[in-house]
Amino acid sequence: MNLLNGLKEATNNMKITLKVWRQKNNATKGGFKVYPIEHVSTDMSFLEMLDVLNNDLVRKGEDAVAFDHDCREGICGMCSLYINGKPHGPQQTTTCQLHMRSFKDGDTITVEPWRAKAFPVIRDLVVDRTAFDRIQQAGGYVSINTGGVPDANEIPIPKKIADEAFDAAVCIGCGACVAACKNASAMLFVSAKVSQLALLPQGKPERKERAEKMVAQMDAEGFGACTNTGACEAECPKGISLTNIARLNREYLSASLTSYEVEVKGGD
Amino acid sequence: MNWFTKLLSSTLGRKVLMALTGLFLILFLVVHLIGNLQLLHSDQGQAFNIYARFMTTNPLIKTVSYVNYAIILVHIVWALLLTIHNRKSRGPEGYAVTNGSSAWTSRNMGILGTLILIFLVIHLKGFWAEMHWGGISTVTYDNEVYKDLYTVVDKAYTMEWYVAIYVVSMIALAFHLWHGFISAFQTLGLNHSKYNGLIRFVGRAFAIIVPALFALIPIWMYLDK
Repeated sequence: MNLLNGLKEATNNMKITLKVWRQKNNATKGGFKVYPIEHVSTDMSFLEMLDVLNNDLVRKGEDAVAFDHDCREGICGMCSLYINGKPHGPQQTTTCQLHMRSFKDGDTITVEPWRAKAFPVIRDLVVDRTAFDRIQQAGGYVSINTGGVPDANEIPIPKKIADEAFDAAVCIGCGACVAACKNASAMLFVSAKVSQLALLPQGKPERKERAEKMVAQMDAEGFGACTNTGACEAECPKGISLTNIARLNREYLSASLTSYEVEVKGGD
Repeated sequence: MNWFTKLLSSTLGRKVLMALTGLFLILFLVVHLIGNLQLLHSDQGQAFNIYARFMTTNPLIKTVSYVNYAIILVHIVWALLLTIHNRKSRGPEGYAVTNGSSAWTSRNMGILGTLILIFLVIHLKGFWAEMHWGGISTVTYDNEVYKDLYTVVDKAYTMEWYVAIYVVSMIALAFHLWHGFISAFQTLGLNHSKYNGLIRFVGRAFAIIVPALFALIPIWMYLDK
């Protein structure tokens, strides 16, 4: 009987009103459009709810709402959406893992794209996040020859350090930190990428150059500075910690003071 | 661009400058407070007037005070540069709905700083400019003539609105320090579970105690009439 009640509740028909940002392309001005949606199941993910909306729109001969998505398992970092004033909505997870049970019948939900100068809108809710790729390309890798697979005990890495590096490495690069920050700062993302490599032996030889180059690229992309508000950490679907930002500050400062690179190309 | 200008023009370098100047100004607050407490001596201002002359004539103190003016200026100018940069970073369109998950103080350091700056202008005009260039009366202690800054201060604190400005400004300072003190250490990369608790505790205590003592002086002198 309990199971039946549960099922009944799960298939409840919710009525919600969506206020969605529509924008044809980066050159045109966008605006909000309101769509009432009926028969929303509490078991739907937020993206499935948008799929239902898009089916309706296409059936009516209108343009579907463009939004980013890929794995829908919370691991690819492709989905975005600023839902009711929060990146990825009210739960600390990715939008694809957000379910309609987080909302109430009759709710009005405002859906906006990430807002940042470095993330220009491509169409509707889709923004161009290649700025993150360019930051990674500037130094977020190991280019030294690490040779063959060493014996497991040859390079001892304390458990604590391995855990810290892994906690930083779980960043999926979705950009929620930039979206949440009042300055549209990419510090949490960059700090996670710098940390995961700076903590481990293979990443250490290039750590100074990496910190300098990735920060230079971050600045060149037009991201803001960090005010230490902590909004990024609070909204990060992967729980990346602010301690990484402190580490990036340390890495960058010590790199600036001790690296061999004196002249930087492209400076004025 | 050489490495030093590159460091200082990066967003991280600018923040480091904000943190270092901020921490220097925190030290300045302590020194200034200790001096101001001389006002509470019941000696008709003798201790305070002797202290005020020492502070405006001692060559070492004078040098430090010029450094202090420069640091205040750097703190203001860099805050302005950072704020402009940060505003631009949001892009052409802002959010229609925001549901902030950060502390109010951390998001409003600029507004709080501006309030402190307005206070600083009033404060410097009222006492500092008077001491340096004003037609201030004199008093004699042990056959030595001193400028009577105490009377200027004492007179100013008979006015309710003047006292009110001081108290409100110290509240703004408290909120500014509430975020600024702890934030400065994070910007300098000093974040470790060994001492995070200590920084937090000292930061919070400092943000409450120091502005409260500053505010106490005008209130005390007003009530002491």
